[in-house]
Amino acid sequence: MHRESVGKKYMEGILYYILLIPVAIIMILPFYWSLITSFKYNEDIFAIPIIWIPNRITLQHYIDAFTTVPYARYFANSFYLASLGVISNLFFGSLGGYAFAKLRFKGRNLIFRILLSSFMVPGIVTMIPQFLVVKNFPLVGGNDILGKGGTGLLNTYWAIVLPGAAGAFAVFFMRQFFVTLPTELAEASRIEGAGEFRIFWSIYMPLTKPALAALAIFTFQAGWNNFLWPMIVLNDPQKATIQMGLQAFSYNRNTEYGAMMAGSLIAIIPILVLFVFAQKYFIKGIAFSGMKV
Amino acid sequence: MTYGTAQTDKGIKAVKRHKLGRYQAIMGYLFIAPSVVLYIIFTGIPIISAFYLSFTNYDVLSTAKWVGLKNYKKLLDDEIFITSLLNILFYVVMYVPLMVVCSLLIALLLNRKLPGTNLFRTIYYIPGLTSSIAAATVWMWILNPEYGLLNQILSYVGITGPAWLANTSTAMISIVIVTLWQGIGGNMVIYMAGLQGIPATLYESAKLDGANKWQLFFYITLPGLRPTTFFIFIMSMIGSFQLFDQAFAMTQGGPGYATTTPVYLIYNEGFNQLNMGYASAMAFALFVIILVFSIINFRLNSSEQEE
Repeated sequence: MHRESVGKKYMEGILYYILLIPVAIIMILPFYWSLITSFKYNEDIFAIPIIWIPNRITLQHYIDAFTTVPYARYFANSFYLASLGVISNLFFGSLGGYAFAKLRFKGRNLIFRILLSSFMVPGIVTMIPQFLVVKNFPLVGGNDILGKGGTGLLNTYWAIVLPGAAGAFAVFFMRQFFVTLPTELAEASRIEGAGEFRIFWSIYMPLTKPALAALAIFTFQAGWNNFLWPMIVLNDPQKATIQMGLQAFSYNRNTEYGAMMAGSLIAIIPILVLFVFAQKYFIKGIAFSGMKV
Repeated sequence: MTYGTAQTDKGIKAVKRHKLGRYQAIMGYLFIAPSVVLYIIFTGIPIISAFYLSFTNYDVLSTAKWVGLKNYKKLLDDEIFITSLLNILFYVVMYVPLMVVCSLLIALLLNRKLPGTNLFRTIYYIPGLTSSIAAATVWMWILNPEYGLLNQILSYVGITGPAWLANTSTAMISIVIVTLWQGIGGNMVIYMAGLQGIPATLYESAKLDGANKWQLFFYITLPGLRPTTFFIFIMSMIGSFQLFDQAFAMTQGGPGYATTTPVYLIYNEGFNQLNMGYASAMAFALFVIILVFSIINFRLNSSEQEE
């Protein structure tokens, strides 16, 4: 009886790996494939059968990716935009989230619910009018006070940063975290006469580091991978993001697979590096988004 | 005398508390002001104006003129729009159930503590880190009919793979494959969190009652995961109805109109043809379709819970 159950356990273990390993290969093979392609000479890229382990490698495709288009510039643009998104969302998200969790004011729950309801509206519905808001933003980009005459915020980074600077998700995410913190901390400081901003900034904020890390990663990834909206509001090639640059490159040079793979890998690297150092926060962020509905 | 002092003390305290309360309320409004103002400008106003725009012939160049239901009537006769709806329905029907089943199965497998579980979890999650454009670019090469990875592997076992992206019958299936590859990891993590949330005591008492593995799965695990499944189902559905990046980068809506999705069409109509009024009507039509599907889901979910 005992031996039988050990045998059964053993079989189960084998079955477990028989199921998991092929899936792992499917998941990881595209990375390996693009990696070897990006280092192969062109003749080897188009070799049949596949050369699984190239015996000679070249950096030419990486050089091409950076010299035929201003890829380093795109990279820097995206990095800048994603970082601005992180900073503004962490600050305004915490500020708003804190207020919704810890401060008492009239209409608090109603306003919070209205903010949340935006999750239900698909982004595509607001895209066109959002573009018009950006274009007709008053007093910028040659616009008069009524928003006429110029291009407004179009073709500036404001068009990307501003609409997402204090995302409803960031507010929601931080609120859910602040709710779990004890209210007594604030009351004790209030008796001592501390101002509300100081209570928020020096008492509560230091306690939110894990939540901030998860939110930062979530926001960075979203900003870095964003494609459609930047493509709509930016048309100066110098301002293009890395996703726009990669898409344009693979569209215009759709047979240069070596450079396409090099470009794709470069576009993935920042997120991969982030993942290596902060895996648990990725998992936390995504698990959170699933738990709270 | 003492009584009187106590009264005034109370009065002062009440006034003070009132003042503090007002100060707190003012700070509260200040704290939420950035989010609320941006929300009004970039979400609130756009929702209302999207609805308005859909009843106009706005084309950026001239001022918007009210055209009533004309845009919506045009939609019903717009064969390309109907095609895009059928395309996206096909995609949703393929993608969403596969996504739910695959991520659930993988989460169940990884929920056991055997050596390597963490490594597998990491590996499965990594495709989710890629951007849709990078994934699309890599898969364009994988799906290359002659030299691509997939067809070369298929040729090992004597199968001649199709020209995945150039074939009307396989182009959308290719996009299903790519988006599944990318999306499973994230939902797997959500399912794993859901599995952790099922109390272990439930399993223990059921085992004591002599339940077998299948019974445990069907009577404890699946019902315990219902909120998670509902969440994944509805989020995947809302997201997949708005498929754009892959259809734009991999196939440009083609071949023919085989991967033209509603969002692709809205983008094209609104920002290339500048028919923003008509594009807004398309967007609203899509919104209503998504809403109807979501409501059906909510209904099904709540009626199941009542059983």
